[in-house]
Amino acid sequence: MSPPAAESYLSDGRTLWSWLTTHDHKRIGVMFLGLTLFFFLVGGLFALALRIELLTPGRTIMGHLAYNRMFTLHGVTMVWLFMIPAIPSAFGNFLVPLMIGARDVAFPRLNLASVYLYVLGASVTLWGMFEGGADTGWTFYTPYSTTTGTAVLPVLVGVFIIGFSTILTGLNFIATVHTLRAPGLTWMKVPLFVWAIYGTAIIQVLATPVLGMVLLLVALERVVGAGIFDPARGGDPILFQHLFWFYSHPAVYIMVLPSMGVISEAVSAFSRKNAFSYRMIVYSTLGIAFVGFFTWGHHMFASGQSTFGSGAFGAMSMLVAIFTAIKIFSWLGTLYRGSIAIESPLIYTLGFMFFLFFGGMIGVAYATTSLNLHWHDTYSVVAHFHFIMVGATVMAFLAALHYWFPKMFGRCFPAKLANGAAVLIIFGFIATFVPQFLLGNLGMPRRYADYPPHFQSLHVASTAGASLLAFGFVAIAFYLAWSLRHGAVAGDNPWGSEGFEWRSASPPPTHNFHVTPEYPTGPHEYAREEVPHAA
Amino acid sequence: MPPEAVTGHWGSEDARKQAAYLGMWVFIATEVLLFAGLFTAYGVYRSVYPEAFRAAQLTMEVGLGTLNTFLLVSSSILVALAVHAVRGARPGLGGALLLAAALLGVVFLAVKGVEYAHHVKEGGLPGDAYRFTEVPRVGASLFFTLYYLLTGFHALHVTVGVSVLTVLGVRSAAGAFGPEYATPVELGGMYWHLVDVIWLFVYPILYLS
Repeated sequence: MSPPAAESYLSDGRTLWSWLTTHDHKRIGVMFLGLTLFFFLVGGLFALALRIELLTPGRTIMGHLAYNRMFTLHGVTMVWLFMIPAIPSAFGNFLVPLMIGARDVAFPRLNLASVYLYVLGASVTLWGMFEGGADTGWTFYTPYSTTTGTAVLPVLVGVFIIGFSTILTGLNFIATVHTLRAPGLTWMKVPLFVWAIYGTAIIQVLATPVLGMVLLLVALERVVGAGIFDPARGGDPILFQHLFWFYSHPAVYIMVLPSMGVISEAVSAFSRKNAFSYRMIVYSTLGIAFVGFFTWGHHMFASGQSTFGSGAFGAMSMLVAIFTAIKIFSWLGTLYRGSIAIESPLIYTLGFMFFLFFGGMIGVAYATTSLNLHWHDTYSVVAHFHFIMVGATVMAFLAALHYWFPKMFGRCFPAKLANGAAVLIIFGFIATFVPQFLLGNLGMPRRYADYPPHFQSLHVASTAGASLLAFGFVAIAFYLAWSLRHGAVAGDNPWGSEGFEWRSASPPPTHNFHVTPEYPTGPHEYAREEVPHAA
Repeated sequence: MPPEAVTGHWGSEDARKQAAYLGMWVFIATEVLLFAGLFTAYGVYRSVYPEAFRAAQLTMEVGLGTLNTFLLVSSSILVALAVHAVRGARPGLGGALLLAAALLGVVFLAVKGVEYAHHVKEGGLPGDAYRFTEVPRVGASLFFTLYYLLTGFHALHVTVGVSVLTVLGVRSAAGAFGPEYATPVELGGMYWHLVDVIWLFVYPILYLS
């Protein structure tokens, strides 16, 4: 046996240069993890500032323009720099080749290019922030975004560049899953996380170019007065909304589908059971990827579109709930009579299932035109999409971070501390966003820096919840950073998981496997329940 | 043969080629969708301003547009022949054909430049800069905006394609490709056919009523 330390991908070249020029999918995944965590911090600090401003009516710490810029950059950072790349680019890059028995992704150089495009796009966006920042909201609605005097242009260009990074990552995953599966690993043996990333990649590849074009059109509108979205020049701002949501609604599934993949893996691993109805989880993944493209109009119920249009988009949106319900029942079926291990990834998984169910059911209500008109552009919408995008996606991100931390770095973290932080974060989320549902139902509009005094108690409750969250994140950052160096050595498979990624060493060697593993059984195959207990 | 560093994690050139093809097809799909946004905008505004669009369309120089179509289709044929030549172990001929196709691409851009010069002289400019007296502004200025976006974005793709074909042509002439390793030529050819096909949609909607 050769010494394992010299063989891990982490010790294969220790200079900064060896990281910056690497073609190793694992190092690229780790780089994306670091970058997205940084932007999660930036976006989170913006969010805290917003919550502090809303602590009291009137001016608390910033003026109205500063508030508008801050919520815009909070949205832009969180959506494009954190949630969209976080799971696919960081964990997908690290795990997909390991899970399918490949030595790397299909196009390693393209993979590295997507890191640099991400950094370039993020830098342009950040530069825009320092140049004054946009105040349009992350949706860049025209005609406001074409006429406001703030620095919208660098933000548009930055997001356009990040879009290319997303497309290249998605393209790479599609080619990898199609062509690099180990011999014997048929489609119906592919782990559920890989299926989820594959479904996500299809959305990334099909939706992102349309976003790129529409952002470019807004940019041109600002520079040369192109007139496409400007009613004063004969254009139509509603066309912007159609094109924008054609991307941005599927983008919700770019964030949620990989999360569902993480959850499928974690549920199976921590209940020591075969994934219940594997095939249905796969088909519902593809179903969500497909139906997601026919739901954009539910963002436009209040835009004056036809009643028929609203009805059709409402019905299509509700179909997503059916596919989601299939997944939730499958996870519950997996947990049922499982041998459940309460570890931090499972706690986040349960949080995820709660947030997805709660936020998703409210989503069905929003897809109903009459209810939507009551809640349109209120805090309740804010609470709804935070439940899905932050509640569910961040839960899954944290579950992934804890579940695969030993795989990525070969170290364990203090389990009790992690469990405590998980509980704190789940309660923090509930305390932050449930008051916002109530605020919205009472009529508090979104995007406002000021409000009448009778809304204050609910805002205070929400800010209190946000501070709990902040404490939780600080705790996680602290113990994970500590564990990187001082955590107990994990061994190859600390969770005793049957996931395919655990068949290589932890942390894996540079080309993943010394001998390509064989796949006689399906994924997530645990010992049958009929096997009598040792006791 | 391809260098060892390229086949590294693949095992065989066949597997690598299959992935490269798939990647190229997916990339082509994204390119089509990039243009789809512009085609959608064109469809919407044509239905809102049918008369203005027809009037503006009549002022287009159909002769030059048709000449350009002819140039692009011819260059596509040359590229197809080049792929055939490289696969048939005649990389020198393949290189010459690729360079000829690139040259036709350059002529295409030159013709496009002549057209642009005419439009600029007449004032057929996008958005705010529109001062073309022959067709009233409402609607027609949108036609010209979309005209510049569609043809400009396409010209950008032609420029990229010309560079790709030139590099491939020079390398092919130097004997870098052959029957056992033609993938870069095939993929470059696919890209050029894409540029051609997009033009086959841009040309009728802008030039032919």
